[in-house]
Amino acid sequence: MSASERSQGAAAAEPVEQALYEVRKKIYPRAVTGVFALWRWVAVWATQLVFYGLPWLTWNDRQAVLFDLVHRKFYIFGLVFWPQDIVYLTVLLIISAYSLFLFTAVGGRLWCGYACPQTVYTEIFMWIERKIEGDRMKRMKLDKGPLSGRKLALKAAKHGAWIALALWTGFTFVGYFTPIADLAAKVMQWSLGPWETFWVFFYGFATYGNAGWMREQVCKYMCPYARFQSVMFDRDTLIITYDNDRGEPRGARAKSADHKAKGLGDCVDCGICVQVCPTGIDIRNGLQYECIGCAACIDGCNQVMGKMGYPKGLIRYSSEHALEEKFDFAQMVRRVVRPRILIYTAVLWTIIIAAGLTLGNRVPVKVDVIRDRITMAAPDDPQVQNVYRLAIMNTSEQSRQFRISVTGLEGLALEAEAQPVTVGGASQRVIPVRLRVDKEKTIPGANPIVFTVETVGTEEPIVITERATLIAPKTE
Amino acid sequence: MSDFTNDFWNWYISVITVVSILACAVFLWKLTTRKLAPGEKPGTMGHVWDEDLQEFNNPLPNWWRWLFYITIVFSLGYLALYPGLGSFDGTLKWSSTGQYEKEMAAAEDNFGPLFAKYAAMDIREVAADPAARRIGENLYLNYCAQCHASDARGSRGFPNLADNAWQYGGEPETIKATLLNGRNGIMPPMAAALPGEGVKDVAHYVMSLSGMTHDNLRKTRGAELFQTNCAVCHGADGTGNKMLGAPNLTDDAWLYGRGESTIIETITQGRNGVMPAWGEFLGDDKVHILSAYVWSLSNQ
Repeated sequence: MSASERSQGAAAAEPVEQALYEVRKKIYPRAVTGVFALWRWVAVWATQLVFYGLPWLTWNDRQAVLFDLVHRKFYIFGLVFWPQDIVYLTVLLIISAYSLFLFTAVGGRLWCGYACPQTVYTEIFMWIERKIEGDRMKRMKLDKGPLSGRKLALKAAKHGAWIALALWTGFTFVGYFTPIADLAAKVMQWSLGPWETFWVFFYGFATYGNAGWMREQVCKYMCPYARFQSVMFDRDTLIITYDNDRGEPRGARAKSADHKAKGLGDCVDCGICVQVCPTGIDIRNGLQYECIGCAACIDGCNQVMGKMGYPKGLIRYSSEHALEEKFDFAQMVRRVVRPRILIYTAVLWTIIIAAGLTLGNRVPVKVDVIRDRITMAAPDDPQVQNVYRLAIMNTSEQSRQFRISVTGLEGLALEAEAQPVTVGGASQRVIPVRLRVDKEKTIPGANPIVFTVETVGTEEPIVITERATLIAPKTE
Repeated sequence: MSDFTNDFWNWYISVITVVSILACAVFLWKLTTRKLAPGEKPGTMGHVWDEDLQEFNNPLPNWWRWLFYITIVFSLGYLALYPGLGSFDGTLKWSSTGQYEKEMAAAEDNFGPLFAKYAAMDIREVAADPAARRIGENLYLNYCAQCHASDARGSRGFPNLADNAWQYGGEPETIKATLLNGRNGIMPPMAAALPGEGVKDVAHYVMSLSGMTHDNLRKTRGAELFQTNCAVCHGADGTGNKMLGAPNLTDDAWLYGRGESTIIETITQGRNGVMPAWGEFLGDDKVHILSAYVWSLSNQ
């Protein structure tokens, strides 16, 4: 703010041009080690082992996790989802949303700091950058220096490594939609289809651009989650805070000096917390929207505090409330139990349990009944006829046999192909069925009937009942 | 955009579109900086609500502004390539109809060889091929089931295709001819030619042909009337004429329903049954497979 204050002084006399856009200042985060850095690496390994590894697993002689868009079948280990199962995707999204609400309300931007792909890939890309170009000071010096053979070689090596990783990421991503072993073979033979090529490069380019070049700008300018998570914050939400009362007034001092006697706080004003910050902010200015909650400054500051022989936690996870009232750790933890958290937890568990039960009781057979729109009866015919198409969907992976029957009206007769009918694994068949019934057993208009489709030959028969109507004409 | 009756609307749309886009570019150019009045705080956008709620100036990075310019370039490129300016077709000459035709042509390239393989085979052979049968079933459910019902057993006025009773003949080639060119089965109204009790008498004779309960006296009277009025088409013995599509009256297949009242209605008012021609719509190759499927319904 000091620069603008100065410009304000100069502006007192005449109008001044102010730019509404500015050139981004490149951030050179300094490497940091510590408890939270370790947790971030745990999150990197956990998420990336799953992401890169999952497509290579097999199950029932097919890829364990495969989203086959062409055939509209979604395989997740033993489960095969059909487009009709879209409700499970909805439930998954609701669970994700409520988890985000809950974690954010308790611990602030945990998602942003540890698990978000933007953070995770930036972490990986920065590690590569550090291995090739060196840490903060070396990188700054390299960028400032003139173009030289060494600089060119380092930059080429860095971007080469980034692009290789990005393309591997794009390849893996497409491998969730096209069987990855086939995809690998196609890459070897240089024979990828146009769409596969496009998506490998598109996703690869997005990874390279976002994790290599955009970095904190994605969080600051583009990400909606970054902004709306602050709505979930309250006074008791854990945030990364600088203890103002303990730290101020800040200032340099010798390790041996008695800083309290000099009237100084614990902050030695070393600037480490600013140097390690991936979004380039100064946490000592308080809670800011740019803070992604990665806790790098906590690790950085704790190291310095350790060296100075001061207690750790000048920068720490705390809440606004706790800072104000000087809560100790136990008091702060106690405040996690508050109505907002209890409601989020209750809703989240209700949905998880309900989803688990429905998924557990999910029947691997679906039946749709579609009535033909044809004439139902002739004037002199004592019988009413209705024709139906029964779409029998076998969502399990083994072939099954089915027997179709119908109830609901006295003397209701069913004509169809020879039963039981066979439906192959993970496929559907349409069975036309004609029902006949005496006119006098019906009422004019819709007569409720029930189709029963049951499996034959399996140890425990699966029975599906599907309600339908039989339409009868008016009797003269 | 031939919907416009007046050229004015063409220009109206084009001018508004182009001027709006250019205006966006100008605004973007002009509004990247602002003049601060003397004493104004540069840190805020100068708006204050609820006494102290202020909008801070958090400048976006420069590349963000270039994204705006890119959208303008994109929109101009789009308007040059695709239809968007009044009646201008765009240099790519793209249209949804054109795209549909292209996709149909691509599908034809894809499936054409498959259909052509079966087209070269005899219909009876095609009927024995399980893959062709599945294709035929799909074609049937798409194009035929609306009238002949999903199970091909027909409904009132629409023949049962699985009972081996054929109005025009059940040879594979005949079925194919029916599908290709359609049929128009006309029974003329006979009320004028059969005055008085004539219609009812003929009806009872017809009922007797297929063994329905009937009045014997009427049957005898009707038999004579039948020979003079109906036998030309339905044959002297009532077994019909497949060349004309005149149904066999001695079997149990009754297109419009069995029983006295229906038969009297048919004789009095006549019937007009239409099977549409599918040759032009589906093409010979698909009709070939479909014919095999329909033939197989009563021959396997």
